[in-house]
Amino acid sequence: MSSNAITNPGVQIDEKPRVDILHEWVTTVDHKRLGVLYMFSSLMFLVLGGVEALIIRIQLMHSLNTFVSPQVFNRMFTMHGTTMIFFVAMPVLFGFANYLVPLMIGARDMAFPRLNAFSFWLTTLGGLLLYFSLVGANGLYGAGNAPDVGWWAYAPLTARAFSPGHSTDYWTLSLLVSGFGSIGTAINIIATVLCMRCPGMKLSRMPLLAWLNLVMAGMVLLAISPLTASQIMLLIDRYLGGHFFDAQAGGSAVLWMHFFWIFGHPEVYVLVIPAFAFLSEIIPVFSRKPIFGYPVMVAATVSIAFISMSVWAHHMFTVGMNSYANSFFAITTMAVGVPTGIKIFNWLGTMWGGRIQFKVAMLFCIGFLFQFLIAGLTGIMQAAAPFDWQLSLSYFVVAHFHYVIVGGILFAIFGAFYYWYPKMSGRMLSETLGKWHFWLFLIGFHLTFTVMHIPGLLGMPRRIYTYEPGRGWDTLNLIITIGAFVQAIAILVFLANLVISYFKGAMAGSDPWDAWTLEWSTSSPPPAYNFASIPVVASRRPLWDLKHPEDPDSRYE
Amino acid sequence: MQALRSTNSLARGPLSVLLSVIWQVRAAVGATPSALSPTNIFAPASTPAKSIAHLSIFVLVITGIIFVVVFTLLVYSIIKFRGRAVDAGREPAQVYGSTQIELAWTIIPILIVVVLFLATARVIHAIQDAPQPPSAIEVTAIGHQYWWEFRYPKLGVVTANELHIPVSDPANPTPTFLNLFSADTDHSFWVPELAGKTDLIPNHPNRMWMDPRRTGIFLGQCAQYCGVQHAKMLLRISVDSPEDFAAWVHGQQQPAVQDESVETGRRVFESTACINCHAVAGTNANGRFGPDLTHLMSRATIAAGAAPNTPEKLRLWIQDPNKIKPGSLMPAMQLSDADLDAVLSYMETLR
Repeated sequence: MSSNAITNPGVQIDEKPRVDILHEWVTTVDHKRLGVLYMFSSLMFLVLGGVEALIIRIQLMHSLNTFVSPQVFNRMFTMHGTTMIFFVAMPVLFGFANYLVPLMIGARDMAFPRLNAFSFWLTTLGGLLLYFSLVGANGLYGAGNAPDVGWWAYAPLTARAFSPGHSTDYWTLSLLVSGFGSIGTAINIIATVLCMRCPGMKLSRMPLLAWLNLVMAGMVLLAISPLTASQIMLLIDRYLGGHFFDAQAGGSAVLWMHFFWIFGHPEVYVLVIPAFAFLSEIIPVFSRKPIFGYPVMVAATVSIAFISMSVWAHHMFTVGMNSYANSFFAITTMAVGVPTGIKIFNWLGTMWGGRIQFKVAMLFCIGFLFQFLIAGLTGIMQAAAPFDWQLSLSYFVVAHFHYVIVGGILFAIFGAFYYWYPKMSGRMLSETLGKWHFWLFLIGFHLTFTVMHIPGLLGMPRRIYTYEPGRGWDTLNLIITIGAFVQAIAILVFLANLVISYFKGAMAGSDPWDAWTLEWSTSSPPPAYNFASIPVVASRRPLWDLKHPEDPDSRYE
Repeated sequence: MQALRSTNSLARGPLSVLLSVIWQVRAAVGATPSALSPTNIFAPASTPAKSIAHLSIFVLVITGIIFVVVFTLLVYSIIKFRGRAVDAGREPAQVYGSTQIELAWTIIPILIVVVLFLATARVIHAIQDAPQPPSAIEVTAIGHQYWWEFRYPKLGVVTANELHIPVSDPANPTPTFLNLFSADTDHSFWVPELAGKTDLIPNHPNRMWMDPRRTGIFLGQCAQYCGVQHAKMLLRISVDSPEDFAAWVHGQQQPAVQDESVETGRRVFESTACINCHAVAGTNANGRFGPDLTHLMSRATIAAGAAPNTPEKLRLWIQDPNKIKPGSLMPAMQLSDADLDAVLSYMETLR
């Protein structure tokens, strides 16, 4: 930019050259920019994962369809699952955590800004590596080839005897690399929350979003480590003659299942706890009341974290554990429903007696409450191990976890976008487009995932590229496919809203929702240093205290 | 079979009335649940599937009640406490929580969990720890990439994809106990109307059982993703009357038919790669990689249920398996038309 100034003396340069702006984004260590980068990358992967889902749905539209070959179908569901969990859900939630945690605790950045940037680029590199498999995986054998072992990649299907070529290697390397990114981010969040709080912000005064992300980060450390370890073991099996999972040589296929699910189940809570965090910030503001039972909410979250570390083998009720093990994992799984139920009741208690404002952000949170309720109850059904001997590996399970991840987590993420976009961009998202987005997505969601429970009850296994006529699955699958397209349209409306509102949205001002936490005390978007002077807080709702000096929260806490 | 029968008593207890009402309503509504689908988990025809269905209804009722209560509370609070224009600018009473209420909605769910767990543990034990009576039929089921191998070690029978088992009379039970193995990747044995699924995992033997109460054909398929053709690894169980079963066993115990008129076909079969994978009892074909063909014509389907066992389909299958089941491990045999016809007519004699 300085070269321009020299060649054109006296001309005021308003805009930096694009390449400089790009350079700044690529080299940034600012937690807000990294947060936005996380969101941007996960939205791109969301589109890719969504297209894969639509291909799956077109293929299953009716029995004996031949839209894609079985090989392509198997790649699609593997890529869809891996993409959505590791490169959409986790990054977008890390993005929000990155953006919001320092602002909400009155800090100027994360504890380790350079580690933060490193973690982001590792995560994104992992995603790119996964998709590079499409051109590079078969190497010298021929054309490219995406992984096709399913997102949980059970042994021994991943052994070289059953997975020749390099597609499985790209899958495992991609999770290995992004796993280190996740661990870096988790360490960073823990250090930030514990060490960077502004004066007056005791742990008991921290916004629930910071609390819940702290718990989430702790779980990431415990959950991602075994996943990373198992990827290394798999690589040793594949390339160094190891036999960890090679059943023919005395290894154990069940060992991989344990490794994967001791990651896989806590992972569900790694994703859902930040979603809980969004609700715990958004519902109070739009009900105009403080969160009901703050200490109980914290305690419930921590106990979810503990209990969820002991439930992993409920993914393995069909692998032939003995009746005592099955009973143990049945009761721990049912037990995790208790603190989860407490959270739903506390959000209900927050709305009770409030003055609920139905902004789009709140609509998505209300959608979450209903759908997460159902997801929790179908979870209880599957915790009853014998019931799960029928439900496991069927479309009922697929419906259940999409209820958690789409009906719950994704709804909360949409709510978070509508709530914090004004802070990030300085402009409001259109409420009109937002309502279209909400209602279309709600209708599409229920057409797809509510209906999807039924083929599961009628014996339809997951991961089949086609099915026989006469099983009673055809009509149901057609409805499910239609719903998927309605959801796709809703996502397009959402993406359009993000772009249009960035240029044309109403100016937000620093506090458009009349909210109570520290991020709303600085300008929108916040300056690089966040706060001109570090704030001092005396309660959980510092901006309430500021707006109601006659009746501050600090008097009651 | 004492332990087996006791599972039916799940319906006893405080909720028994409610349960039996629901069970009867369900039976009275849709003509028979099987009309919906031949693989309906709520149309059980054997003890394990029946106890699971009972437990399922019990769990559905409890979760259904929870759903109705919480749903109603949510809807009520959303309608009742919606912001009105008259309230603009005023904040509602700021309530921070209530210990009594928190205790209430902690303790009640804990009690519900205890009830659900006890009902669950009882059924887990009854199904998993059921003793194997001496009258039981024993079958070894081996999962292969995209087909099922069934061996009856006590009866000396080997077959594939279509399991024959006897109907079990409660007064004189003849349940079938399956020992489950895998030759390659993980599979899962699932015939929803007879039992819940159990996985077949290499180096990890499993066991399951069923005691069908009516004769007929029961369908199912592999439920654990096992590779390219996971979708067409179908299962057919023929539940036979005791007489039919005995006749079937007798037929399967015979060596392969030796028909001089198809000598050419047999020679082609025995001199090509067919015998590397397939066995025909009484010949030098003893491969184990593919299904045993000794009594191929006694089966209704080929390619693990992917096609009916007709001469046209069988010809296509030998000529180019990918036309029926792309990704199947059976290679295209590249036979001349004459050889193909000869092998086909030989196959058709294997009754």
